[in-house]
Amino acid sequence: MPSKIPIGPYHPLQEEPEHFILTIEGEQVVDVDVSIGYNHRGIEKLAESKTYDQVPFLVERICGICSMSHPLAFSLAVENCAGIEVPPRANYIRTILDEIRRLHSHLLWAGLAGHFLGYNTVWMWAWKYREPLLELSELLTGNRNHYGMIKVGGVRRDIPPEHYPLIRKALDELKPKLEMLYGAVLDDPVLRARLEGVGHLSREDAIRYGVLGPTARASGVDIDIRRDYPYGASDKVEWRVITSERGDLLARVEVRLLECFESIKLIEGCLEQMEPGPISADVPRKIPPGEGIGQVEAPRGECFHYVVANGTDKPERLKIRAPTYMNLPSFRATCLGETLSDVAIILAGIDPCYCCTERLVRIKDGRGERRLSFEDLLKLSWEKTARLRKEAKDGCVE
Amino acid sequence: MASAGSKTRTSPWQAWGISRSPWVYHLATGTCNNCDIELLDCLTPRYDLERFGIKLVGSPRHADVLMVTGMMNRKCLPRFIAVCRQVPKPYIIVALGACGANKGIFHDSYNTVGPVERVVREIMKEDTIVVNVPGCPPKPEAIILGVVKGLKLLQERRR
Ligand code: SF4
Repeated sequence: MPSKIPIGPYHPLQEEPEHFILTIEGEQVVDVDVSIGYNHRGIEKLAESKTYDQVPFLVERICGICSMSHPLAFSLAVENCAGIEVPPRANYIRTILDEIRRLHSHLLWAGLAGHFLGYNTVWMWAWKYREPLLELSELLTGNRNHYGMIKVGGVRRDIPPEHYPLIRKALDELKPKLEMLYGAVLDDPVLRARLEGVGHLSREDAIRYGVLGPTARASGVDIDIRRDYPYGASDKVEWRVITSERGDLLARVEVRLLECFESIKLIEGCLEQMEPGPISADVPRKIPPGEGIGQVEAPRGECFHYVVANGTDKPERLKIRAPTYMNLPSFRATCLGETLSDVAIILAGIDPCYCCTERLVRIKDGRGERRLSFEDLLKLSWEKTARLRKEAKDGCVE
Repeated sequence: MASAGSKTRTSPWQAWGISRSPWVYHLATGTCNNCDIELLDCLTPRYDLERFGIKLVGSPRHADVLMVTGMMNRKCLPRFIAVCRQVPKPYIIVALGACGANKGIFHDSYNTVGPVERVVREIMKEDTIVVNVPGCPPKPEAIILGVVKGLKLLQERRR
């Protein structure tokens, strides 16, 4: 006899509110459902009332963990729409900050994963090593978490050459710690037992669900926007995409930790190649009518922005798709059949970010412009029942 | 930074009891996640709030301080009120970030019912101490200062 376990919306598991309904039979999970909406802030609509200069600040606040990816994707979309050429130095600065953000995000996740597994030491370690990165960000941008660095056509602040050695030093200090963390996580027999073979997502399922980012790469799907559709300076520097064939949680941990080293490589390469120059292009206040897309590899996967411009200084429409939107449904492939005690870490395994995901859709009547309210939907449903009933009755008569 | 109603009094024992090692329950009501991770950051080795006995707990029934982040989403409002009812009294609410203090950048959003203080005063009609910690996100130092100030205000309300 299956029973339902509600988790959330306020629960100690994750810092964001979301509601899971697990159906279990004995110890085994047979169904999982998730209800979100506790974080919906109406950002797409708000963006329509802000100018192109203001929107990056707004979309930065979609998510605090990948706060570099959203403004970058938006700027790329507007630049794509208006055909703006970004100066090379701005591109390098964008990549440097993007990679610092990725390092911070992966370390944050590693720590939280340790916490979910009951290894609070891993949590404390990972977050301790993350702290110098936040200090570095504060030095480069003026804030620990929300930077306000990206603007359409370039970046707002330059990185002065006297800061290069400081960045290099911070990265050099981080490397041995990352190696230690990597070794400690992979060599620990208990952690291995908790992660190996758990939450398996096969390559076929990964493609079927369309998962993105490290979740896809851990299942052997070789995708990375930084290589496939380069932005910033990611095509100028030598680095490689990390993949793993195994598809379990251990693979996801491995991919994320190894990606940290690639991020360090990218930053160091950028610092080497960067040449003095302008950091921002001239951008007209009013963007000519048209549409554009921007894709960025956020720490969790591809972050996609679509902008429609109408010739004014405000976007007509902004559509955002964050990576978690694609990764969430894969819970159905990874959770089912696992035991209840493994669910916490499987749910955390895709590095979910509900703040990014929560977009609202209003259903429009396909026949006209009328918007459907709940009453309308109810009426439609009743009509269908009445129709079916009539059909059934007619069928009986015949 | 902080605002206090005047009516409800705490007994000296209660005030003494919660001033020593306040336990914190964290509640996100439509955030960008950043205030939440800065709050968690306070617990990690750099700031290490646990050395003062400040601890994050998993249930509102154990909490003395309610840390509220976010701009109070419509879907969260009834849950927020339900959580507030479960917290043992007296307690203080710390509204973190520009969002908690005055809705921040989401001021004109269609899905917000207002900053935490307004919800407490006008919808719940309570005079609980609400401390607003501005900043987007506030630095961990500011968060710690907010809690300390709130506890001081509670002391002042002693009978
Ligand atoms: S105050 Fe700023 S950092 Fe905090 S939740 Fe709001 S937008 Fe995010």
